[in-house]
Amino acid sequence: MMNFWLIQTLNGISFGMLLFLLAAGLSLIYGLMKVLNLTHGSFYLLGGYVGLAVLHLSGSFVLAALVGSFAIAAIGAIMERFFLRRLHLQELPQALLTFGFLFIFSDLATVIWGTNPQTIPKPTILAGALQLGGFFYPYYRLFIIVLGLIIAAVLWWLQDGTRLGAMMRASVDNEEVARALGINVSLLFTLVFGFGAFLAAFGGVMGGPIVGVYPGADFDVMLLGFVVVIIGGLGSLKGALIGGLAVGLLDNFGKVFFPELALFTIFAPMVVILALRPAGLFGRE
Amino acid sequence: MASYAMSALIITNLSRNFGGLQAVSNVSFTVEAGERRLMIGPNGAGKTTLFNILSGALAVSSGSVVLFGRDITRLPAYARARMGLARTFQITNLFPRLTVLENLLLALLAAEEEAHSPYRPVRANYSLIHRANRLLDEWDLGAIAGKGAKEIAYGQQRQIDLVLALAARPKVLLLDEPTAGLSAAEVVRVVGMIRSLPRNITILMIEHDMDVAFELADRVSVLHQGHLIAEGGVEAIRNHPQVREIYLGLDDE
Amino acid sequence: MSTPYSKQLGLRPRLGPIAVVATVALLALPYVLSTYHLGLVVQMMIFALFAMSLDLLLGYAGMPSLGHAAYFGISAYTTGLLALRLSLNVWLALPAGLVLAGLTALLFGLLALRTRGSYFLMITLALSQVVWGIAFGWRSLTGGDDGLPDVPRPALGLHLPWSLADSTPFYYFTLVLVALALSLLVGIVASPFGYALRGIRESETRMIALGYNVWRYKLAAFVLAAVFAGLPGSLYAYYNRFVSPDYLHVARSAEVLLMVILGGAGTLIGPAVGAVLIVLLENVISAYTDRWLLLLGIIYVMVSLFAPSGLIGLLREFRPWRATP
Repeated sequence: MMNFWLIQTLNGISFGMLLFLLAAGLSLIYGLMKVLNLTHGSFYLLGGYVGLAVLHLSGSFVLAALVGSFAIAAIGAIMERFFLRRLHLQELPQALLTFGFLFIFSDLATVIWGTNPQTIPKPTILAGALQLGGFFYPYYRLFIIVLGLIIAAVLWWLQDGTRLGAMMRASVDNEEVARALGINVSLLFTLVFGFGAFLAAFGGVMGGPIVGVYPGADFDVMLLGFVVVIIGGLGSLKGALIGGLAVGLLDNFGKVFFPELALFTIFAPMVVILALRPAGLFGRE
Repeated sequence: MASYAMSALIITNLSRNFGGLQAVSNVSFTVEAGERRLMIGPNGAGKTTLFNILSGALAVSSGSVVLFGRDITRLPAYARARMGLARTFQITNLFPRLTVLENLLLALLAAEEEAHSPYRPVRANYSLIHRANRLLDEWDLGAIAGKGAKEIAYGQQRQIDLVLALAARPKVLLLDEPTAGLSAAEVVRVVGMIRSLPRNITILMIEHDMDVAFELADRVSVLHQGHLIAEGGVEAIRNHPQVREIYLGLDDE
Repeated sequence: MSTPYSKQLGLRPRLGPIAVVATVALLALPYVLSTYHLGLVVQMMIFALFAMSLDLLLGYAGMPSLGHAAYFGISAYTTGLLALRLSLNVWLALPAGLVLAGLTALLFGLLALRTRGSYFLMITLALSQVVWGIAFGWRSLTGGDDGLPDVPRPALGLHLPWSLADSTPFYYFTLVLVALALSLLVGIVASPFGYALRGIRESETRMIALGYNVWRYKLAAFVLAAVFAGLPGSLYAYYNRFVSPDYLHVARSAEVLLMVILGGAGTLIGPAVGAVLIVLLENVISAYTDRWLLLLGIIYVMVSLFAPSGLIGLLREFRPWRATP
């Protein structure tokens, strides 16, 4: 019995780490650029598909993860540089632009990769399971948890401990002053947007073996990402982590206990947060 | 106490902090009915914060605000407006894509019960439109009634800002730097408008232009770094040592 | 409608003659068009109303919502289920749909209205997607992905010689209901309430300073917009004799939002024109290719970059119009 709870909790946490990757990117982009990136789910999906393609060609999971993430990061950077930038500071048109790209990518994905759901096979080193007390638990999921924590730590360090983080904070506070101080805010925007896309795509590849890669994953994952930032607070890294874990656990247990109404288990906490703290647990505004 | 009930505004021990920053510290004063009270002080003194507290846009950290005998400290902003507390804004705050007349109609409709009714087209409400036109004519602004609010000259925008606040016949008027950004001629116009207001309207006004302030004031309150450091008639404040010290070297243009 | 004070209230296009011609045309269409084309016009009317309901929210109150399809779909499912499972007639099934749409909007509004801007957008989208997910997942109630087939056409319960199962009577049924709803909408938009919404769109802080309980107005607009979205939803359920989660999907919300923006928000007629165009476009495109969503996305990108005020915005280059009522 105890094993059941442990297994499900670990499942929830590992899924939560994927959600953290997604939400972190969303929050980073919004926190700096005040852009609600509705294309974020697409980045996840495209990352998964490209990673899968690279895996088929090369057989290397690492290469798949790297190429997938960087390729989508590039797409994100291009999108920011040539499209989003023209709508600087216009919140609604920017959101609509990203909305448009969501549908473009969603449809293109079905054209290029078809409508059949697929999974990314786990890398062979991580294909086995670890014996934990009375049960076996997949290495891969444990790997995701550890990787997620490492990435969280890196992001924290980037945000609080580096000049890059300082430049970002300056640009958020006062863009004019930041530019006057010599910070290349435009380049920063492009880089951060690309980085956000990178995180999402990376999540897409890493999540491939667990969640699969299928048409509609972009919308499903986007919803979960939104719920994470609604609960955790848009623009907060801490919120992305806590919210990600919370939603991961809720989603997992929801699917286990109420398979038909799994979304209610996410809906209820979302409603509670909106009622009590509309800005999210760690959000500002 | 009869005189207590007659005071327009009684502010007691008002404080407001933002995290560690004390924007307004223990400010207390009373504005009598019909009075013209000017609030002056250097930038960052807390004047606009105080205004925002009075109008209800900002909550107090501690203290109380009493309007004609009623404690409005916890009352939401829109309810204070309905009680007769009107305000203008430091940065002109009109309805940009509506015509000047429509701006006024909204101001007048707020006071009417009909504002809640979903029917009766506004365009057919001739008596309302007539009233709005008359109000504009009173201030010699009838010519711009049909112009879009964002298309009229800045000086006229400031005037309409004032007319909107006056439309609901307020008891207390909070004016936030009404002459800011205006040319000399426009300042004269606006000051004339304010001076001509009847004494059944109490006015509390923030002003940076010392000449304007001393011209219009009955009494002056001086704020500095969130504290009320001086209060009195125009001459008393003009000669007040601490006030002179603060403004030394900060001659108003 | 021209009054002595027309100029001061902003110029409007002269719709009188157009309205007359349109009414005559609409009444005569069943005698001129084939069943297929008549069905297309029914769809246009349905989506025109749907778009106008969103215009009330977005164009007049300034509250952009990415989840408006939720109310369209909830009303559709409610009406469909009541008609299918409980054999309720249209006088009960249709209003029930509207009531449920309104109640949902009340709940969602209470949750979402404490936020602004991007937060608000995101929450409307998330709430709507959750509704979609519930419709998709709750197979026992909604049929899930398979949807609800065989929804019967409305039974009026009156002993008339026509059946709404036939296309021409259903066309007039739709026309009457849409026309009624339209006249209500026009009345609302022209009323003090409608003006208050415009004021809120232009400057919330000024409205508060004038004494308006802005939050309450926004909630009312939110709920009204949902009810006016519910009617076309239920009509669509009757028309198709079928309800599926597609009614509630983000793509549906995206379509109706595009109709509003493409046509020109804040004018009522703009979104109606936008709806006609999008319905036409979708029908034409779908005959040749499956790439409708791709095209939708591309139009979104083009519109947000080049024509954020829509077609009406482009027309205004030539005439200084503002809005209808």
